[in-house]
Amino acid sequence: MKYFYQFRQAWNKSLSLRIIATTFAVSTLLVTIIGLVLVNRVSSGILTSKESSSITEASSAINEAQRVVVATDTGAGAPTLSVVVDTAVTALAVRAGQSGLYDVLFLASPEISKQGLPERGTNLVSENSVNDELKSRVELTDKLLWSYTKIIYLDGRSVPGLVVGAPIKINNVGTYSLFLLFPLDKEEETIGIIRSSVLATGIFLIFGLLILVWYLTRSVLAPVRKTANAAERLRMGLLNERVPVSGEDDLAKLAGSFNSMAASIQQQIGQLEKMSRMQKRFVSDVSHELRTPLTTVRMAADVLYESRDQYTGETARAAELLSTQIERFEILLSQLLEISRFDAGAADLSLTSVNIKNVIEKTAESLSNLLARQETPVVITGHAPDIEMDQRRIERVLRNLISNASEYGAGKPIEVEIGSDDEAIAIVVRDKGSGLKPGESSLVFNRFWRADPARARTTGGTGLGLAIALEDARLHSGWLDAWGAPGKGTMFRLTLPRVAQTAITKSPLPLGTGEDEKLELDMSALQELFNVDTKSEMP
Amino acid sequence: MARVLVVDDDQALSEMLGIVLRAEGFDALFCDDGSKAQGIFNEAKPDLVLLDLMLPGIDGIEVCRKIRAESGVPIVMLTARGDTLDIVKGLESGADDYIVKPFKPKELVARIKARLRKEDPKSESLTIGDLSIDVIGHSVKRDEKEISLTPLEFDLLLALARKPWQVYTREQLLTDVWHYRNPADTRLVNVHIQRLRSKVEHDPENPEIVMTVRGVGYKAGP
Repeated sequence: MKYFYQFRQAWNKSLSLRIIATTFAVSTLLVTIIGLVLVNRVSSGILTSKESSSITEASSAINEAQRVVVATDTGAGAPTLSVVVDTAVTALAVRAGQSGLYDVLFLASPEISKQGLPERGTNLVSENSVNDELKSRVELTDKLLWSYTKIIYLDGRSVPGLVVGAPIKINNVGTYSLFLLFPLDKEEETIGIIRSSVLATGIFLIFGLLILVWYLTRSVLAPVRKTANAAERLRMGLLNERVPVSGEDDLAKLAGSFNSMAASIQQQIGQLEKMSRMQKRFVSDVSHELRTPLTTVRMAADVLYESRDQYTGETARAAELLSTQIERFEILLSQLLEISRFDAGAADLSLTSVNIKNVIEKTAESLSNLLARQETPVVITGHAPDIEMDQRRIERVLRNLISNASEYGAGKPIEVEIGSDDEAIAIVVRDKGSGLKPGESSLVFNRFWRADPARARTTGGTGLGLAIALEDARLHSGWLDAWGAPGKGTMFRLTLPRVAQTAITKSPLPLGTGEDEKLELDMSALQELFNVDTKSEMP
Repeated sequence: MARVLVVDDDQALSEMLGIVLRAEGFDALFCDDGSKAQGIFNEAKPDLVLLDLMLPGIDGIEVCRKIRAESGVPIVMLTARGDTLDIVKGLESGADDYIVKPFKPKELVARIKARLRKEDPKSESLTIGDLSIDVIGHSVKRDEKEISLTPLEFDLLLALARKPWQVYTREQLLTDVWHYRNPADTRLVNVHIQRLRSKVEHDPENPEIVMTVRGVGYKAGP
């Protein structure tokens, strides 16, 4: 089982193994079939020709024997039966010649042999060479009969052979059976040689084919493998990776296409990198160029603001407006720069191992002035293990979520729940305020989107906070999603992977309240019921 | 009256800084070129330097290094970028603290005052490791040999030495030594602990006087 599994793995992984194994199986099958057919045809041809020549020889030999028997029988002096039999067998032996073309068995029929009649054979051939069935059939016929048999000699030898038999009538005695035994050992040997040559040729052919296929596979796969390796290195960021191109065949085309693809990717990446660098540079320059005068203006505004008591009403108010709006401008500027840093891909993470509960508590603490002003308590429940994160960014996300919640929470407690599972931790920030309208939960992360355009001017949000929060979450490979229902408040869920920068598949905490989902389910069940009813009423 | 040297090439900002500083009772001096900063510093002997990082001539980091080579006077950097690298470079070249533009005047003044604040020296003699600290004389000695520390480094060492049983978190040190109200950037602590160690430890790689407590902060050595 284990080996089978290993083989399955190797099979799936190695194209050359598959090709070679398939070639081996198919060529073995073909060579076997061809070999069998060939050997069969050749050996049956050899045997057929031997058979027909043997039968021709046999029929004339038997005629001769019959003639000798009749001549001896009717001749003067009336020789004994033994002499008749001896004469016939000798004549046949002479006919067969020294080479032993065939052996002869001259047997009395079973019913007369009991009387102790003479029987003869040549070259110590055994009577058992002819089976009983043939013997009995020969007695009853007057034609030639033949069959394949094993010629057995009295000294123990045996060779395959063809036996041809016919009855010989001897006057005053009865029927004798004459059998001519043609040994087939030469033919058998020839067939054996042909068989082994075919087998050797077949094995050689299969082996040669395998070597050829292996070589071809290798010469085709080597450039493919080379290209695959190059693609892998390209993926790892070695953009200078190219494949050598040789010749003009399909493989060369593959290498050529790969190279031009790599060049195009390299160029595109180079372009993007250049743009990103320019963007970073621009952001940094704008940042510096704007901030210095802004600092001066800021300080001047503060000086004016501090001494506003010395001015008349309207001028004092102007100083106030100047000061607050510069503050707003400053926040907007820094958020715009942050967003543009994200857009340029210039934002990077500085990870440290942090406990999220501490971060939430710290964030709530830093917002204590705001929370006290809105008279909104924050209730933190649950806990999660320490994970690696960019604390500054996560604090910024949480500050945004909590200050939003306090702003829209209508003074009701803000619930912050922490949860975790084996791949992620989650933080849900929930307020019990007026909530989002249907469809708004996907809009809240849009830049400069406001739930209530009229209201925004007074609360002073920039409309960029959640967009930045979403980017911060994404930078951690995390999620930030929103849920809300009119009158049920708003819920924001931040999900962060436990191992930094790995994808998450689900959040440990649900978004939305369980009861609402249940309500929705009930509603749809009712709906279904209603539909069924209306259908049944229809004619 | 404390004297503050403002090294910044932006005329308007320098003038504005002058207004704010004078309103707070400081005496302000100006320098708009990095290469002249050293000369003016030596001549005027200010009590504190406000240093812009981007300067014509030689840049702020170089100016900082040169001043620090000769004097322990507090240096506060003004930086336009929130760039991590610039801030760390500035701190490593010897700045005690930094403030990111645009800042509120009050915040700047608070930082300056924190750096200039002198506690009423009590007659105290402290030891930490094999060092003896003379609080009134503002000096640290090992085997009767004086080790030269900047005032900030001295305050850092003093804070650790005064409560040898206590493990200080970085935030606590920012509050106690830098007098921050909302401790924010703990890199300040890391950089200055490194600088302090390079002066007082036998082997800064294996500190015996300023010990790190993993995951918490720092404490005085045994």
